Amino acid sequence: MNIVVAMKQIPDLQQIRIRNRKPVLDDVALTFGNIDKNALEAGVQLKEATGSNLIVVSVGSEALEDTIKEALAAGADEAYMVLNDETKEMDSSNSARLIGEAIGKIDDVGIILFGEGSGDSYSGQVGSRVAQILGLPQVGYAKSIIINGNSAIVTRSLEDCEEVLEADLPIVVSVMADINEPRIPSVSQILKAGRKPKEIMDLDAAGDSVLETLSNLAPEMQRKQIEVETIEKLLKVLDNEGLLRR
Amino acid sequence: MAAILIYSDKTKLALELLSAAKLIAKNNGYTIKTLSINDDDQAKELAAKGAETYKIINPELSLSDTAAMAAALMQAAEKLDVATVLLSSNRRGKELAGRLAQAINAGCLTDVKSITMENGNIQCVRNVWGGATVAVQQITSDKQVIAISPKAFATADDEVGGSINECAVDIKPAGIKLIETRGKAGDSVDIEAAEILVVVGQGVESQENLPIIREIAKKLGAEVACSKPVATDKKWFGEERIVGLSGKICKPELAIILGVSGQVQFTVGIRDAKTIVSINNDEKAYMNQIADYVLVADLKEVIPELVGKI
Repeated sequence: MNIVVAMKQIPDLQQIRIRNRKPVLDDVALTFGNIDKNALEAGVQLKEATGSNLIVVSVGSEALEDTIKEALAAGADEAYMVLNDETKEMDSSNSARLIGEAIGKIDDVGIILFGEGSGDSYSGQVGSRVAQILGLPQVGYAKSIIINGNSAIVTRSLEDCEEVLEADLPIVVSVMADINEPRIPSVSQILKAGRKPKEIMDLDAAGDSVLETLSNLAPEMQRKQIEVETIEKLLKVLDNEGLLRR
Repeated sequence: MAAILIYSDKTKLALELLSAAKLIAKNNGYTIKTLSINDDDQAKELAAKGAETYKIINPELSLSDTAAMAAALMQAAEKLDVATVLLSSNRRGKELAGRLAQAINAGCLTDVKSITMENGNIQCVRNVWGGATVAVQQITSDKQVIAISPKAFATADDEVGGSINECAVDIKPAGIKLIETRGKAGDSVDIEAAEILVVVGQGVESQENLPIIREIAKKLGAEVACSKPVATDKKWFGEERIVGLSGKICKPELAIILGVSGQVQFTVGIRDAKTIVSINNDEKAYMNQIADYVLVADLKEVIPELVGKI
């Protein structure tokens, strides 16, 4: 059985700085989103439990061949990459189409894993869209996944409760950040990653975006910035604003 | 006349969506239709707010089965001539949004914080780059699916003129079997729901201050939260108390921030608070620039003083 993990290449958010309210992306390293790394770790654990083959599928820029090594070092066996058209905004519907087409070329897929949201846009659509494209059942917001033969037990974590669900494979699952702690690859795993098979898929990445971004700026924060000298004065102003009488 | 269809599994969120739909429909010639699925009480409540309500009662249809739920919404949208579907951006709503959008060939935006109408276009405001920036985006396809964050709109008021109609859908369950629903285990603190937060940053140098900080929070009726390093490096708190990019996005009435420098990865989680107080040893801390009230003082002295004076 093949386990597929879909991962999105994004700039390292911790390195993004703001200048004149605009995000500065020059020289920011590319990586995978944190929750995508949880999805990968979930895939590695399922692979180890079931003796499956773990394939990472990713859409990204030309630097993806470098970024993908992170996933291969962390436990994926092989990688399929789709290089996007960088002149166009890659929206969720296009990403989903490409990932769906790429997965469609893989045989014997048992489970397809996503993070519940990408690090950059966190729109959380692609997993659901791919499930619809492939006509598969899905469970989002998983905090645990167990595969028993041809079916899976998945626990979905909602705001107010958890659902324990059973489904036959194949299935699409998106995972929460708290499902696991991604492992740090060893030096030998990093060295081996360079020799694992990876393939650039020849798919037509140039789809029209159905989204238009009109502006994208750091928010202006207009706060009073009143300096108070003592605790008494602070408590008095808060009390005057009715914030302490509860 | 094209319609806006709203749906949420949570009645309160559905009533918030109704307010959003009214903003979109105003002067733009849309009709508003609301949907309830296997929930008679919700249908009645929506109708009491004046909404043209359609109810689906179908034992084959389970909330847990996102594929079947998307199919039901797709069929309802076709029958009711719907151009725009509004969903709640809670977890169920977000999961459903992507699937429904793919099914009806729609563009989709989720986690929408606010909406403005511009020349008939629905302009949506949402965080991107992990909240470092706020984008205004609009969908350019004919069909639109928009998932709106909880609390972004007030719930709709009572209004006359509502109705309840039946809506039949033909569903093939996708084979997701619900074995058990259970309450959440562990530290069930919900810092997103707190009206007041006391936030512990790395400027709080000693763990010995924590009992005092808990006491302060108790006196204020607040929850204690923290910046990321305080949970992940110092391990003083569980990760469910982290404010910021890798934690929770909070909108309390009052946030009292103790010793946080104020990097964007933190501030995204607290910048929507109504009133922010920053208490910091460092007068140059960026946190002070985005606070309403700033007290520059030694936290070691201020924390015990604060608990005595509330």
